[in-house]
Amino acid sequence: MSFIKELTKGIIKENPIFVIVLGMCPTLATSTSVENALGMGMAATFVLVCSNIFISLIKNITPDKIRIPVYVVVIASFVTIVDLSMAAFIPDLHKSLGLFIPLIVVNCIILGRAEAFANKNNVLNSIADGIGMGLGFTLALSVVATIREILGNGTWLNIKVLPETYDPMLITLLAPGAFITLGFLMALMNMLKEKK
Amino acid sequence: MGFLGQLFSMAIAAILIQNFVLARFLGLCPYLGVSKKLDSAFGMGMAVIFVMTMASAFCYIIYQYLLVPYGLEYLQTLAFILTIAALVQFVEMVIQKNSPALYKSLGVYLPLITTNCAVLGVAILNITPLADGSRYNFLWSVLNGFLSGVGFTFVLLAMAGIRERLELVDMPKSMRGMPSGLILAGIMALAFYGFMGMKI
Repeated sequence: MSFIKELTKGIIKENPIFVIVLGMCPTLATSTSVENALGMGMAATFVLVCSNIFISLIKNITPDKIRIPVYVVVIASFVTIVDLSMAAFIPDLHKSLGLFIPLIVVNCIILGRAEAFANKNNVLNSIADGIGMGLGFTLALSVVATIREILGNGTWLNIKVLPETYDPMLITLLAPGAFITLGFLMALMNMLKEKK
Repeated sequence: MGFLGQLFSMAIAAILIQNFVLARFLGLCPYLGVSKKLDSAFGMGMAVIFVMTMASAFCYIIYQYLLVPYGLEYLQTLAFILTIAALVQFVEMVIQKNSPALYKSLGVYLPLITTNCAVLGVAILNITPLADGSRYNFLWSVLNGFLSGVGFTFVLLAMAGIRERLELVDMPKSMRGMPSGLILAGIMALAFYGFMGMKI
C-alpha cells in the first residue's frame, strides 16, 4: 500500500519541479527538445533510484556528522557511471546534454531526496520514492520540452506536427524562451491550485 | 593581443556574452532563491565569487597534477565535488575563526554553495578543451573562475533590485513569487542576447 503511495506522490502531488521547485538548471537547459528531456530525465532517474537504494542501505552505519559528504560521494559515483555509459552507447545524446550530465551531482532533487527520504525509510520505499520522483522530474521536463519544441521547431520528438506554413518561433528554443515558458507553466499550476 | 587585451575580452565574454546564469543556465537555484533582497543577494554574490575563484584554482591543480599523471581523468566529477565540498567547509571554518563579522554576513550562504552548479560547472569548463583544442592554463582558469563569478553576481544584483520593486506591484496572485521571477529572468536573458552579436 505505502509502496504505491510513495511511487505516485512524486508525479503530481509533490512534483519536484512544479511543486518543490528543485533542479531548475537542468530543467531549463535540457528542455530544448523532447529527446533531450527524456534523456536527461532517464539519467537523473537512474542516479536517483540507485543513490536512494544505496543510501537507504547504509543509513544505519553512516555517522550523522559526515552524512552529507557520504551522500555526495555515493551520488558522484553513480553519476560517473551514467556519464561514461552514455558517452559509450549514446554519444549523440551525451554530446547534446554536455556539461549537464556531470552536473547531475549537484542536482538538488537527488541530494534532497537522500536527505529527506532515503535517510529515514527502508529500501523498498526508497526505491518507490526514487522512481516516483524521477518520473515526476522526467514528466515535468517533457512538458516544458513539448511546448518549446512544438513552438520553436514545429516538431515533437522529431516528428513534424505543425504545417509547413507555420513560422517557428526560434526564441522559445533559446534561453529567454526557457525562462518564460516555465514561468507561465508555474503560474498556470498556481492558478489551478487556487481554483480547487 | 597582449595580456590586458585578452583579459578584457575574457571579462566581456564571461560577464555579458556567455553569462553563467542567463546564457549557460548555471547557478539558477541561488539566482531565483536568494534574489528577493538586495543585501542577501550581495552577500551570496561575494561568497560565490570567492568560492568560484578558489575552486577553479584547486580543481585545476588536482586535475593537472593528480588525475592526469595517473590516468584518472574519468574520476573528475568525483574529485571535483569532493574538492569543492572540502574547500567550502574549510573556508567556512577559517572565516568563522578569523572574521566573525564577515562570517555573519556570508555564513548562511556558504553551505549552499557546495550544491551551486555554477561552481562545479566552472571547474569542469576550465579543463574542457576550447574550440581550438587547447586548454586554459592555471592563471586563465583562475581568472575565468573569478570573472564568471562576477558575471553571476552582476545579474543576481540586477535581479534583486528589480524584484524588490516588483513586490509593490499589483499583479495576479498566481503570478507572484516564482512565476514572475522566471518571466523577469526571461526578459533579462532577452536583453543579454543583444550582446551575442558582439565580436571581440
